Amino acid sequence: MIVSAPAAASAWQLRVDRSQSEVLLLHLAGHWTLESRLPLAADALNRAGAGGRIERVAFDSVGLEAWDSGLLIFLRALIAETERKHVTTDLAGLPEGVRRLLALTTAVPERKDMGRQARRPSMLARIGTATVSASRAGTELLAFLGEAFKSVLRLFVGKARFHRSDLFLILQEVGAQALPIVSLISFLVGVILAYVGALQLRQFGAQSYVADLVGVAMTREMGAMMAAIIMAGRTGAAFAAQLGTMQVNEEIDALATMGIPAMDFLVLPRMLALAVMMPLLGVYADLLGVLGGAVVGVGMLDLGSAEYYYRTIQAIGLDDFAAGIVKASVFGVLVAIAGCLRGMQCGRSSAAVGAAATSAVVTGIVFIIVSDTALTVIFERLGF
Amino acid sequence: MATVGEVTTAPGAPTTTRIEVRDLDMMYGERVIQRNLTFTVQRGDIFVIMGGSGCGKSTLLRHMIGLVEPARGDVFYDGASFWGTDLPVRERILRRIGVLYQSGALWSSMTLAENVSLPLEEYRDLHGAEIREVASLKLALVGLAGFEDFYPSEISGGMRKRAGLARAMALDPDILFFDEPSAGLDPISSHLLDDLILELRDSLGATVVMVTHELPSIFAIANNSVFLDAETKTMIAGGHPQTLLKECRDPKVHRFLTRGEAEE
Repeated sequence: MIVSAPAAASAWQLRVDRSQSEVLLLHLAGHWTLESRLPLAADALNRAGAGGRIERVAFDSVGLEAWDSGLLIFLRALIAETERKHVTTDLAGLPEGVRRLLALTTAVPERKDMGRQARRPSMLARIGTATVSASRAGTELLAFLGEAFKSVLRLFVGKARFHRSDLFLILQEVGAQALPIVSLISFLVGVILAYVGALQLRQFGAQSYVADLVGVAMTREMGAMMAAIIMAGRTGAAFAAQLGTMQVNEEIDALATMGIPAMDFLVLPRMLALAVMMPLLGVYADLLGVLGGAVVGVGMLDLGSAEYYYRTIQAIGLDDFAAGIVKASVFGVLVAIAGCLRGMQCGRSSAAVGAAATSAVVTGIVFIIVSDTALTVIFERLGF
Repeated sequence: MATVGEVTTAPGAPTTTRIEVRDLDMMYGERVIQRNLTFTVQRGDIFVIMGGSGCGKSTLLRHMIGLVEPARGDVFYDGASFWGTDLPVRERILRRIGVLYQSGALWSSMTLAENVSLPLEEYRDLHGAEIREVASLKLALVGLAGFEDFYPSEISGGMRKRAGLARAMALDPDILFFDEPSAGLDPISSHLLDDLILELRDSLGATVVMVTHELPSIFAIANNSVFLDAETKTMIAGGHPQTLLKECRDPKVHRFLTRGEAEE
């Protein structure tokens, strides 16, 4: 019986020889390569096995012209199949290279206990796992906050240990170097506010209130929030990536074995830098936003520049301004905490660093919006 | 996780015992890494933790230097319990220890001199100029004189390893831990590093514990060892590597020490 490759691509040939009783001799000929659509081992065996009991499978590869991994896969499957049927295989007739490679594949027995369980856990199990990991994440966050707080206390008693030069460097990175992007975004936010406001206010002929609207919105809310969101994307991610990479390189372990708390040395200067710089950036964003509003108001709504200036001064109270600054400070600390937390929790691979940076931005923005809501409600209750 | 809280000293420990690991179990969550590890490291030893890949060698090292708390058991330094005490005591013990990490783990935002200086600034009452001098000396000891102001990213892997060694020696530690010191080094650099380790041990009188599976290093410099097995999840042999090679009957240890060539 001769089985060969289908149709035109007649590259491989398999001839079955049952001339010896209880021995199945397989003549392999032609090209046994991955591309030549090799037969399935089980099929070949079943078709051949029709003529009575087989004790031994042997091979003849005299006509074999070319082979690659395809032949190995076929043979491995064949051997597995014969083992299952308690038939011995005699590999002597195969090319030496094939025999050696087959020996390699069986040299180390498959580690059964190492296989990951591929089974999909049930819905209930997944809910349980998610709940457990959520509560663990909560505990980790609280532990981190506690450590950070202790670190701040150590700072006040002068026991916190970090390099002052590090602090200045971070101050520069998070402050001065963020000015261009903060300028652009907050100016445009001012423009947008003025536009949207003008459309509505024009219906009542109250265009001049655009100045009030932009002024109050920027100082109370948008200045701090836009600056904070920029910082979450820019600085929070950078913090997470820096600390994460240090985690991967064992640099944080090296600090720990030297008894230098990473909290003091790495996290504290970053928190301080953002806590100092965020209110300044917030005020700067307020100014640029008001400027953006003024460009629209003066340029398109025909308000006089003096009038716009005067109205803005009238509209913004010290309390609006203070509310913005308080918010900016809180956002700054939160963005730093989100970035440092994710960085310190980072795993030990380069993929983990990417995940940490992403997670830092998401966490930072969630922190900002949630705390903003809380602060707005609190200020409202206080009549602030 | 409970550790042996009451026992603070190892009764009957001979004075030459530097480190004692007793009944140590290591787990990652539910997964057991190694169980029942008990061995001692004598003063002046070059002690090797060996075993196949993934058997928990580096994890054992991380337990010994205080980075991971054991699931059970304790580590004693000069008879004093490490995990059974509170943080300040642990930190005091750690100050006598220098660690060379697998990747060098130099702080990448600092120059080599600053890397070596940081522990000195923390724990030694020295002036800036003196610290700088000590840092230069330590760098010169490992053959990196003149590289004080280089950043870790500007030097080769072998140099980073040596700079890491300089930092590990900054506080003149009694005990040095090495995590795969010759990983990623060419044979000559790795040989030079071995010589350096021997030289430092002899001149500083330090005790060296290292994780490695480099046979040439093991036979060249180690005088004591423990062999961890990934399958049985415990130590299956220990002692002088040469003696192990001659006398150990365990086929796994024998295969490891002969690179699998002398199958019986």
